[in-house]
Amino acid sequence: MTTILMALLINGAGATFPFPLYSKWFNEYNKQHADLQFNYQSIGSGGGIKQITERTVDFGATDAPMSEAELAKAPGILHVPMVLGAVAVVSNGVPDGVKLGGDVLADIFLGKISKWNDPRIAALNPGVKLPDTAIAVAHRSDGSGTTAVFTDYLAKVSPEWKSGVGAGKSVKWPVGLGGKGNEGVTGLVKSTPGAIGYVELAYAKQNALPMVALKNADGQFVKPSIESTSEAAAGVEMPADYRVSITNAKGKGAYPISSFTYLLVYKDQGDAEKGKALQGFLWWAIHDGQKLAAPLDYAPLPKAVVAKVEGTVKSITVKGAKSDLATAK
Amino acid sequence: MRRRNDPSAGGHAGDQVFAGSLTLFGGGVLVVFGLIVLVCVQLSRPAFAKIGFFHFLAGSDWNPVEDSFGALPFIYGTLVTAAIAIVVAVPVSIGLALFLTEMAPARVRRVVGFFVELLAGIPSVVYGLWGLMVLVPLLRSSVQPALGKAFGFVPLFSGPPLGLGYLAAGLILAIMILPTIASVSVEVLRTMPSSLREGALALGATRWEAIRMAVLPYARRGMLGAVMLGLGRALGETMAVTMLIGNQPEIHASLFAPGYSLASVIANEYAEATGAIHPGALTGLALVLFGVTLLLSASARLLVRLSTGQLRSAA
Repeated sequence: MTTILMALLINGAGATFPFPLYSKWFNEYNKQHADLQFNYQSIGSGGGIKQITERTVDFGATDAPMSEAELAKAPGILHVPMVLGAVAVVSNGVPDGVKLGGDVLADIFLGKISKWNDPRIAALNPGVKLPDTAIAVAHRSDGSGTTAVFTDYLAKVSPEWKSGVGAGKSVKWPVGLGGKGNEGVTGLVKSTPGAIGYVELAYAKQNALPMVALKNADGQFVKPSIESTSEAAAGVEMPADYRVSITNAKGKGAYPISSFTYLLVYKDQGDAEKGKALQGFLWWAIHDGQKLAAPLDYAPLPKAVVAKVEGTVKSITVKGAKSDLATAK
Repeated sequence: MRRRNDPSAGGHAGDQVFAGSLTLFGGGVLVVFGLIVLVCVQLSRPAFAKIGFFHFLAGSDWNPVEDSFGALPFIYGTLVTAAIAIVVAVPVSIGLALFLTEMAPARVRRVVGFFVELLAGIPSVVYGLWGLMVLVPLLRSSVQPALGKAFGFVPLFSGPPLGLGYLAAGLILAIMILPTIASVSVEVLRTMPSSLREGALALGATRWEAIRMAVLPYARRGMLGAVMLGLGRALGETMAVTMLIGNQPEIHASLFAPGYSLASVIANEYAEATGAIHPGALTGLALVLFGVTLLLSASARLLVRLSTGQLRSAA
């Protein structure tokens, strides 16, 4: 009889936004560690949090950090930042790189600015010919982390947005049409003259949609890119649990609508083999894995953040005992 | 009860097993139905407890950030889009069924019948995409402006031509339920004894008179059943409607305006709904959809009973 080496299967579930990168990672990591296999279900951040809370998966994934109430139900859980994503504001019928401030953007999504040649937009874009078309707002109709990041930004820059609409994965939009998913919003923006909407950077790039340059906290107008997104993470005071919003971050070149995406793992792993394997993978992801991010339009973690996350990954214990990783390095 | 139909009375063991398993299958449907309702009620309890059931039903505010949930805009959107679908699809599909059974030569019947059935097999996301890329631009650039120009004084056809909205969703639903209604109607018409039609023709009726006086009264009940099947699909359709209705939880009199439907909002928001109230409110909407479907099919049955009763008393 031959012995068959069964691959160790690690199950995860959660965010859809980083799914393309994660599947690339799992694939690459599996090439180096044939005895290890990952199974990741991209069911959405909400589902990922639910499943890791109930411990039906080995790791979860989420775009928005868990709330206090959610944390209370899952004691001992760690947020491990993996990469960064940017939400691009895209339009139809106005030139690429049109400049908007956060307050103006909020007023557009509140329905208070309804024409592209509004004096407030014109004042930010001297010399740019703006059309006399009505602005058609497009937003996500499905609950999503992208919406959470976008509304979090609007709530920071507009008191009226904060009190009237608020931030969340699903909000009550004052105006506009809803499209399902990034592809739905992309479709709406592409097919509606005068449209403005928000999508993940990858969608904006692949569809060659004109992107808006947003005024950041330092007063600079910045278009979304890998570099400007990474820079947003560098300018933020990082708390120990990484649960921080990096929208409207300081820094000259920082793009203001950026966010982390996290893996969720328990600090103390109950299964020795899986715990060790997961820890090894996380270590790989924040080092070698980062190089795979940019080609897929995700922004790698800044060096300072990686140094900090190293400590977090080392702090993972297996049944209360420190792992080899922590003692070796 | 006739003894022949009584399953417990069968003498052979095979009969008994057969009867038993059939009862099991039949009962299984009821159990599944009961479990679905039970789970929905259980999941939606926290939302009802916080909002109040009637406030939930009659409320028109849907704001997940503030945990304020009302079902009315979704009920309205579901009913309006289904109504558009029925109004457009019923005459067309019944006309089609009559054409196929009463008038078309055999070869045409086979070809057209084949395509109608093909239409029924297209996935709804494809309908949605087609709607988004073909129907919506058409509505926005020509149909809605023309309707608005001609009938703009009626609230139904007022407002800016957005393309996406009740009208687009209703029209795509009409196309989707058309094959269902048409093919069931064809089957109903086929079961009609040809002596009835021949009798009418022999009495000197024209073709139209024969259809009106002999064929339609005979088939009315079955056709209502066909329409109910179509209505059921229209009420529950999710993907295509989500792509075309605009997804705005508001109530507008205009058919051009964006709205929202019960099934769409569940599909859109459930995956990322967190806490207890938001998912609860969404399962509450599922219950409401159940209720709406039940209510409509019950009233249709009543309608059939009333109309056939009248027929009998008139005869």
